[in-house]
Amino acid sequence: MALAKRFSAVETFRAVEMAGYRLLPLRFTALDQERYVISNMVGEYLVVKRDQLNDLIHHRVPQGSDLYDEFKSRHFIRDADSDVALDLLALKYRTKLARVSQFTSLHMFVVTLRCDYTCAYCQVSRQTEDRSAYDMSDDTAAAAVEMTFRSPAPAIKIEFQGGEPLLAFDRIKSVVEMAEARNVQEKRNLQFVIASNLSLISDEILDYCDRHGIYLSTSLDGPSSLHDRNRPKPGKNGYELTIRGIKRIQDRLGRDRVSALMTTTERSLPYVKEIIDEYVRLGFRSIFLRPLSPYGFAVTTGQVDKYDAERWLSFYREGLSYILELNKHGYSIRETYAAIILRKMLTPQNPGYVDLQSPTGLGISAIVYNYDGAVYASDESRMLAEMGDQSFRLGRLGVNSYEEMMLSTTLLDALEAGVAEGAPLCSECAFVPYCGADPVYHHATQRDMMGNKALSGYCARNMAIFRHLIALMEDSLADKAILLRWAFDC
Amino acid sequence: MLTLSAKQNIPLGLMRPERVRSFRVTTDAELPAVLRENAALLLPVDWASIPKGFGVVLVRPDSPFASDHQCGALLIDPSLLYLGDGDVIRLTPDLHIRVVYRRNASTNSLLVTERCNSLCLMCSQPPRDVDDSHLVDELLDAIPLFDPGTREVGITGGEPTLLGARLFDLVRSLKSNLPHTGVHILSNGRNFKQLSLAQALAALHHPDLMIGIPLYSDIASLHDYVVQADGAFDETVRGILNLKRCGVRVEVRVVVHAATYARLPALARFIARNLQFVDQVALMGLEMTGFTKANLSELWIDPVDYQAELADAVHTLHAARVKALIYNHQLCLLDPEIRRFAVRSISDWKNEYMPECDGCDLRQECGGFFSSAKLKYSAHIKPQRRRDDALAGGLASIESFT
Repeated sequence: MALAKRFSAVETFRAVEMAGYRLLPLRFTALDQERYVISNMVGEYLVVKRDQLNDLIHHRVPQGSDLYDEFKSRHFIRDADSDVALDLLALKYRTKLARVSQFTSLHMFVVTLRCDYTCAYCQVSRQTEDRSAYDMSDDTAAAAVEMTFRSPAPAIKIEFQGGEPLLAFDRIKSVVEMAEARNVQEKRNLQFVIASNLSLISDEILDYCDRHGIYLSTSLDGPSSLHDRNRPKPGKNGYELTIRGIKRIQDRLGRDRVSALMTTTERSLPYVKEIIDEYVRLGFRSIFLRPLSPYGFAVTTGQVDKYDAERWLSFYREGLSYILELNKHGYSIRETYAAIILRKMLTPQNPGYVDLQSPTGLGISAIVYNYDGAVYASDESRMLAEMGDQSFRLGRLGVNSYEEMMLSTTLLDALEAGVAEGAPLCSECAFVPYCGADPVYHHATQRDMMGNKALSGYCARNMAIFRHLIALMEDSLADKAILLRWAFDC
Repeated sequence: MLTLSAKQNIPLGLMRPERVRSFRVTTDAELPAVLRENAALLLPVDWASIPKGFGVVLVRPDSPFASDHQCGALLIDPSLLYLGDGDVIRLTPDLHIRVVYRRNASTNSLLVTERCNSLCLMCSQPPRDVDDSHLVDELLDAIPLFDPGTREVGITGGEPTLLGARLFDLVRSLKSNLPHTGVHILSNGRNFKQLSLAQALAALHHPDLMIGIPLYSDIASLHDYVVQADGAFDETVRGILNLKRCGVRVEVRVVVHAATYARLPALARFIARNLQFVDQVALMGLEMTGFTKANLSELWIDPVDYQAELADAVHTLHAARVKALIYNHQLCLLDPEIRRFAVRSISDWKNEYMPECDGCDLRQECGGFFSSAKLKYSAHIKPQRRRDDALAGGLASIESFT
């Protein structure tokens, strides 16, 4: 066994590694009793034993060992052999943060606060026929479209919110047509989505959505017993109307054109399988197992305190396990929250999900134009405002300029508090590349935008999910293969 | 295997050319006079005279003129009998003929230099440190003679970027003469560490150009060992980044052998994470030629023994939406899970089948072997039975280059 004379052995090329290695920026956090997660600044991670971690930190990893190569390949260390790791890390870091220079991509238009439902957890709706008081005016709509196109984002999504936005369908049409006309010059990648309970869906609306490529998003909390109790509609046929609406859209516009979101309430907790089954029966390929948010009517009715992070997590874990089982039996369906996190863990990309961003997505990922012309930094910000807390109100259309709102102390302070890498406890957490800051949540729960993460439900919930997902991938190759697909699919 | 170069050509009262000339082969003895200067007439056997005006007239050993020593033609080596209309040959003052281009080949590779700045353990075209700048001149002569319907032309070496600006002359000539022909350049990518070189290539705006660049490991020292050049990994990675920054399409090429197979899954993860924007990744079997023969004991591994690593790498790339292609692997050796990624990739002039392939149902879809594989090939070659569902996944596509 030998190379021909003019060639050098592998040891010749590895000799340069003998001079020792330097650590690149990294963080570590315990995964469980025995294992640690090490991550680098762009979220590449490795799970190691405690003594292996010790060896790494104390420069004792044997040169040329498999572990040495794993650390080197993932850019945890570098040695005299190569310095291209720095170029690659810089490139990956830029990629992860690319969206920051391309703000703001999601523009939410609250076209009306009126609604035909009376959901217990709803943050923002009114039961009224008074169009003038609770619908968006012509001037406000025009100013909102104008502000939307001030964003440098190459891709712009306009989402119609309510209340029930289909109660103001004419307003939706006028915004769509103003934006389309404007976009002839702007040439952005422009998308529309209507967030609706679908009770008012009609052929006329479907035809319009078809012609203008509009997506629909609805709420489906589970089987009728759950859905109708969470989302009561006078007439008691909310579930049926929603299902019928979803099917009509699927048939008329295509399966990809309608998606559904579920909200977890205390009543949902024992029924995660039944909820998921409901989504499978409708042919959905994703489900978002969301926690209940601490805003709006959800807080005032005391619901959010009724179950703590741990109870929601056991609901989540049970649901995830069932979803993985469905995948193993040949039905591809992903859990959206896991998919967002996995994308951060396993790919160079960074999905633009507002609640898990650092810097926070407030104002720079999403922005809300309220029916009355008020501009908020996020959907949660306007929910707080409905409860009387104007902390994240950026200004008013027609009164304040784009510059005044985007450079307001309100937004800049929130963004500053919204950099997780600089927050106490977060700055040294191995999971920070996957996490976010969520100043609105911490303001709402702790009256402090940065928040004490040791007391934060946001932190407890997300840490548990990060650990759970990594442990699943470490402990089961079958789960890992499925989760890897989700990472690139979402 | 076809012979692309032949020296046993006998002049039949023929004036030796003063310099290397390129000719397009034709069998049309009545070619209009205006087209004859750059044409090599392959004289039809039943033709009774030697027509005038052709750049050169070639006669076959079975021609009545083969024994006419004053006829002014060139009696060609019997190994060139496959020549046909539209092929392009190069004729040297020594009367050596090299077939530069075959119209019916799926891919024609142009050797542009034998010089190289790496010394890969398994190089199939061992480099020579010679002044071979005449090769480019000759190719610039030959390219206008290629059929404009040519699907793809390869540029290979040596290391083509050592030509500097001359490489761009070649690409420019290919673009203007063959605007609808794909160009695939094989380079180690190291010189593209200079952004200006990548920018210069991109500035040619070739509509269908790809550069194939080898990357053998995620660990710099292991890549450097395979290419026997310290610092090559960093240069190659920077080269890939620069090319992609300029919008040039890049194929990453990985030859799988005993020194590379173990970290194949790690390399796939590295590519998915750091170089996800490359256009495709080719995972290639070893060719038993050139330096491979000299280093065989250090390089050989039966492909059957690295299927787990290969499948893992393919799945990682596929999940990451990086196009993965398996080249130079016989279908019977591949894990059935990844057969659909296999591409018939061996150039037709060097592909063969073994006695074990007799009666195999998949022969049509299988790339077979490099003719050099007779030296050593897997002990696990066996004929495959086509089940109705066996090819349900099909092959990625039945196209070829190398």
